[in-house]
Amino acid sequence: MKKGFKEFSKGIIRENPIFALVLGMCPTLAVTTSAENGVGMGIAATVVLLGSNIVISLLRKVIPDKVRIPAYITVIAGFVTIIQLVLKAYFTELDQALGIFIPLIVVNCIILARAEMYASKNNVGYSILDALGMGFGFTAALVLIGGIREILGSGTIFGIDVSFGVIPQATLFILPAGGFLILGLLMAAYNKFTKGKEKVADCESCPIQCFNAEQGEQS
Amino acid sequence: MMRILFVILGTILVENFVLTKFLGICPYLGVSKKMDSALGMSGAVVFVMTIASAVTWVVNEYVLSPYGLGYLQTIAFILVIASVVQFVELLLKRFIKPLYNSLGIYLPLITTNCAVLGVALLNIQNSSSFGMSVLYGFSAGLSFTFALILFSGIREKLETSNVSKSFKGLPIALVTAAFMALSFMGFQGMFTF
Repeated sequence: MKKGFKEFSKGIIRENPIFALVLGMCPTLAVTTSAENGVGMGIAATVVLLGSNIVISLLRKVIPDKVRIPAYITVIAGFVTIIQLVLKAYFTELDQALGIFIPLIVVNCIILARAEMYASKNNVGYSILDALGMGFGFTAALVLIGGIREILGSGTIFGIDVSFGVIPQATLFILPAGGFLILGLLMAAYNKFTKGKEKVADCESCPIQCFNAEQGEQS
Repeated sequence: MMRILFVILGTILVENFVLTKFLGICPYLGVSKKMDSALGMSGAVVFVMTIASAVTWVVNEYVLSPYGLGYLQTIAFILVIASVVQFVELLLKRFIKPLYNSLGIYLPLITTNCAVLGVALLNIQNSSSFGMSVLYGFSAGLSFTFALILFSGIREKLETSNVSKSFKGLPIALVTAAFMALSFMGFQGMFTF
């Protein structure tokens, strides 16, 4: 029970996928022009992560080691297609706002990295908790970044006006440059508060990419 | 001829893949620490993006569209890209050994580079012709190269500069990227293509 809770809660602060693991930077920067888009992207990625973690954890003894990356990608792409169709059918607005970044969940490092680092080594129960925790941490971080950018950039939060017509809006913050700036500042704040304690991923970008590079060097 | 030049310049400056479209951020942050690896990665990306644009266009036009399999696009494209990457790796290993030695270790990373899948999807979204798709893929690769090389030049300098402790590493790199993106905004609306 205790381990279960730990597996869930680690994704929220200690191993937060964005601030600590530095995974999935593309959607993080691209869709966080508003808090609402952050929620949408976060939930979509969480559902895919949950599905892929369950399937990969169940199949972890069946998938041969050598072809595991293509196998994982196929499983993930399957779930992404499901999400894509659901969003197109029922959430047209969100689908248009997120655009190309929905199919790009396939190459979101978080999902592949959790498959490789966690689901392929642990049982289904823990994999579900891991997916939920990581998904929640990802969503929370996206909402935080999206919220800050929305307040500064368009003076609203979740579409509600908070500028009261007096605070000027700095459009810069909903433009790409603002995204990089806010993420950089938030990451520095995160390092300050966690005192830069042991970084889980010493490879700065996707661990999966690191892992591939190591393998490439060996062969 | 002018049109070709416009597409290339437009993709590099006005709609830079990394700095305005947010595609390929992972390798942009991950392999920009050293100029050598940035050059290697860029070469591999230009190579794979051009080939992947061509192959995914053919797959979409002659396999997916005629049989109404549009919903399989995501799965089909990622598998095509993964196999193109494998294939390019094998070819280089067999025939062009020196190129393989310099690009080899970057090739496997490209499957998970979202810029490659992104360019394939954008080509279909814009319903470009075959020639246009290949050109767009090539110039998208160049735009990635341009951003990555500029950035790695700055990051090599950052390594030796005195940065406050909590900003060390990625945070300062992101702030730097913000200023790069800001300067790229100056190109916006320069011309349309």
